[in-house]
Amino acid sequence: MSEHRVELTVNGARLAATTEARTSLGDFLRLKGGCTGVHLGCEHGVCGACTVIVDGAAVRSCLMLAVQAEGATVTTAEGLAAADGSLHPVQQAMRENHGLQCGFCTPGVVCTFAALVDRNERPDEAELVNAMSGHLCRCTGYQGIRKAAKALAEGTVGQSQQTGSAA
Amino acid sequence: MKPAPFDYVAPRTVAEACAVLSEAGGGATVIAGGQTLMPLLNLRMSQPFILVDVNHIEGFSGVTRVPGGTRIAPATRQAAALKDGTLAAHVPALVSALGHVGHHQTRNRGTIGGSVALGEPAAEMPATAVALGAAIDVASVRGTRTVPAREFYLGPYMTVLEPDELVTGITYPDWGEGHVVLFNELAQRPGDFALTGFVGTLALDGGKITRAGLAWMAMGPTPVAMTEAEAVLAGQTLDGIDIAALSDLALRPTAPFDDQHASAEYRRTVGKRLFEKTLRAALQVKEVA
Repeated sequence: MSEHRVELTVNGARLAATTEARTSLGDFLRLKGGCTGVHLGCEHGVCGACTVIVDGAAVRSCLMLAVQAEGATVTTAEGLAAADGSLHPVQQAMRENHGLQCGFCTPGVVCTFAALVDRNERPDEAELVNAMSGHLCRCTGYQGIRKAAKALAEGTVGQSQQTGSAA
Repeated sequence: MKPAPFDYVAPRTVAEACAVLSEAGGGATVIAGGQTLMPLLNLRMSQPFILVDVNHIEGFSGVTRVPGGTRIAPATRQAAALKDGTLAAHVPALVSALGHVGHHQTRNRGTIGGSVALGEPAAEMPATAVALGAAIDVASVRGTRTVPAREFYLGPYMTVLEPDELVTGITYPDWGEGHVVLFNELAQRPGDFALTGFVGTLALDGGKITRAGLAWMAMGPTPVAMTEAEAVLAGQTLDGIDIAALSDLALRPTAPFDDQHASAEYRRTVGKRLFEKTLRAALQVKEVA
């Protein structure tokens, strides 16, 4: 039915496109923004894989319409690493602690943690683990993700021997 | 898993929103945070012709003190309410329950008004409104009215709201200084809907209960007020409560359902146990083995 012009900032760049009202933010980011790191899993708010950062807060991109994101600033997993390729502390923590197996749930997990870390330099472990409950990992790789959360809370990211660039 | 097509409008005033709802003749659905509605749309369990987004209506977000209570604007985010100092001071039962509403990520979008208005029987916000005796302000092109939460719910996702009506605020009455908050729920995973649970408040004067407001979630087609237990509690001293007798009374109005997660019998048994355990802890009565 109705077509809408939607303009928002995605990973620092302007994204303007016309879309149906029913298009979810997740589909919009994938189809119009090329952000295929946005993983749509269950599409009814249960799995958390599609989580992105909208105006500083982690939200499910399957439970928000693209038209509702008009004017918003959105960060997806693609936008977390620095321009020179150096990893965001959350990505680094996940890498060092084997926080991913198949990687499907990972972009969502990383966005949830990054929203908390970027808002509050050192969120405590309980807060991170609580936020983790909004993500399903079908590999059941929760212990690695939990270790990454612990490292972020304790500020020990980048101190292990496995440090490396994104290359 | 994609919604059926619909139109979308984002009105700036209550009058504009009500006009759209009225013109749509029942074909419109209100969206606030969308954390309950979007799954229903994606699963095509709900297929409105037009979606009325109330997030941009002026004055639809925020918490204010009003005479005798605290008013929450309908599109106030659950995450914001969870950190709100006024709510922590005056409506702590709501804040206790909020921590169990969905997940961190859904609370960042989900609203108080949306949850109250939709009426999921296992959800925390409808039960809290019923327990505390909240009043729900409603507007339409025909005028405004205020509905007591205890008269608002008719069944699962069914309320007294007419298709052209919009929730414009929820007012939670004051329960006085030093009141006791009761909250507990059992869910399969954190953030899932409760299998059973309850929320409530006891108003105290000295060691005496002056008023009780208690309601179950997931124990019937709507939130279930523990009317008889409330009546028995009022006027009692804290150390004079017969917890076993009270929990039997509390369970009497419930009509729990069987589903793939739990049988009605399980909900009753565990609900009673949770209620007794929580009340004992709140009253600091030592648990009898």
